[in-house]
Amino acid sequence: MNENRKYPFSEIDPDICKGCGLCVAACPRGVLVVSEKLNSKGFHYSEYVGEGCIGCGNCFYTCPEPSAVTVYLRNYVPEEVS
Amino acid sequence: MIMAQKTVLRKPLGFIDVYKHKPGAEKDRTHYCPGCGHGILHKLIAEALEDFDIVDRTIVISPVGCSVFAYYYFHTGNLQVPHGRAPAVATSVSRANPDSIVISYQGDGDLAAIGGNNILQAANRGENMVVFFVNNAIYGMTGGQMAPTTLEGQKTTTTPYGRNVKTDGYPIQVCEIINQLTAPVYVVRTSLHDMPNIRKTRAAVRKAIQNTRDKKGFSFVEVLSMCPSGWKMDSVPAQKWIEENMIPRFPLDTFRDISEDTSAIERPVPVMDPEEVKRILEYTALSDSNLEKNPDAAFDRVAVRIAGFGGQGIMSTGIALANVGMEYGYNVSWLPSYGPEMRGGTANCSVKIQADTIGASECTEPNMVIAMNQPSLEKFEKILVPGGALIYNTTLIDIEPSRTDLKVYPIPITGIADELGDTRVQSMVNVGAFAAVTGMFDPGEIENLMPSLFKGKSGEVMKLNEKAVRKGYEYVKENFS
Ligand code: SF4
Ligand code: SF4
Ligand code: SF4
Repeated sequence: MNENRKYPFSEIDPDICKGCGLCVAACPRGVLVVSEKLNSKGFHYSEYVGEGCIGCGNCFYTCPEPSAVTVYLRNYVPEEVS
Repeated sequence: MIMAQKTVLRKPLGFIDVYKHKPGAEKDRTHYCPGCGHGILHKLIAEALEDFDIVDRTIVISPVGCSVFAYYYFHTGNLQVPHGRAPAVATSVSRANPDSIVISYQGDGDLAAIGGNNILQAANRGENMVVFFVNNAIYGMTGGQMAPTTLEGQKTTTTPYGRNVKTDGYPIQVCEIINQLTAPVYVVRTSLHDMPNIRKTRAAVRKAIQNTRDKKGFSFVEVLSMCPSGWKMDSVPAQKWIEENMIPRFPLDTFRDISEDTSAIERPVPVMDPEEVKRILEYTALSDSNLEKNPDAAFDRVAVRIAGFGGQGIMSTGIALANVGMEYGYNVSWLPSYGPEMRGGTANCSVKIQADTIGASECTEPNMVIAMNQPSLEKFEKILVPGGALIYNTTLIDIEPSRTDLKVYPIPITGIADELGDTRVQSMVNVGAFAAVTGMFDPGEIENLMPSLFKGKSGEVMKLNEKAVRKGYEYVKENFS
């Protein structure tokens, strides 16, 4: 993981994402977009644009795929998760 | 509150890490369509189970429907059950293990159509369980047919012109029906159509699961959920469709919440008092008979299948054997099985007589078969264990058994009874033969038990039956020793 990333941020697994777009619609900051690219299953996956996330968790809670979205919140300390 | 403590929102531990039970290569993702509401609700449940630290105590009952494979995903105990029967299975799990947290996860076809009665009865009993009812107004798995909750005018594959209430009835409002019952503690309808409502659903999921954990009784959470495939639309328009079309018919509401004022349910503890059982079975008079088991008996346990035409004394043979076994201090069971016609057709029963505890009462691998007619011989000879005893009625059976690894006892059972003057005593001929073959019962003791076996019958009837026992016993002793 990129150590210089600013928390909070949302991380979407491009291969697990099914491209339903629910997270994009649910993001209050408009910082998630549908990629032009296709993943290995042929879905236009969603991506975080890289800044502007406020860690609201909407994308996590609206995503139907259990492991597609991870949101690292403001108070996240990288060592915590092993 | 709990949200604030989290530092990362990631796949909850209520899910299995790798979906190893899922066939195929894609063990890292669900089988659900893109944008399907099931995944959202699954996640909210899995998160709550992790947060409350109850994953190990939870049993999820998967239904029939798109969520039939919910057991691929939840890191809980899982059962997948026949269509609509989840509340019945959940009842037995919850009653058998009151500390378990039982989740019945059901869709609208499963719960509101075929399972309509099951859910009402479980709700009415106030079973300690949570039911998540996913209402997406359609049969998803089978390809988009009309469901009980399909909206008026909604087009489905079976209502191509739209649901017409004049022919198809009205969409069933399940929460409103459940709310008519006295027992449920929490009845709520939520929706997944936007973020505020997903969060309300999250709160309802957590409350319902806490209720179950705290043994408060029956909680029912109906969730309006997207089925983009069945509705033939994209995921975000599907959310809009819920808002515009479903909510007017299925208003979001907390119909009932008495969980705060409800204390943990306490059910009467079932008592299994052998003396009480004897009293109920009217065995008090003989409970001190204390018959000695025969240490040299050829059999120390019997699983016998008795079969024949209805009216051949099949059931009474079984009952008599079980009763005598009981007087000898064995554990016994008797399980009748009738054809659909009850009389005139074929009937059979399973009897177990053994010193240790009986599990299943059906004899699937009997060590004895008593066949009173030819179809029964053909059918049940096959399931005898090697070396098992086959008693068959040569009065009515003129074929030989086909197996050679059995101990066979061809006996003219009906003929013996006829000679005694009453065909009905065949069952006691069987009992006598059984006593001789197994060595478990003494014919003299069976005679002593006649008053209890034939309660209220005349002395003449008892005499006749005593003779029948003797005849059956002696026939075996004379012909097969
Ligand atoms: S956490 Fe909230 S702000 Fe951040 S990407 Fe997800 S939806 Fe957008
Ligand atoms: S909600 Fe999940 S599956 Fe849908 S586009 Fe976003 S990340 Fe992908
Ligand atoms: S058919 Fe409908 S309910 Fe079934 S998985 Fe697909 S979207 Fe979900």
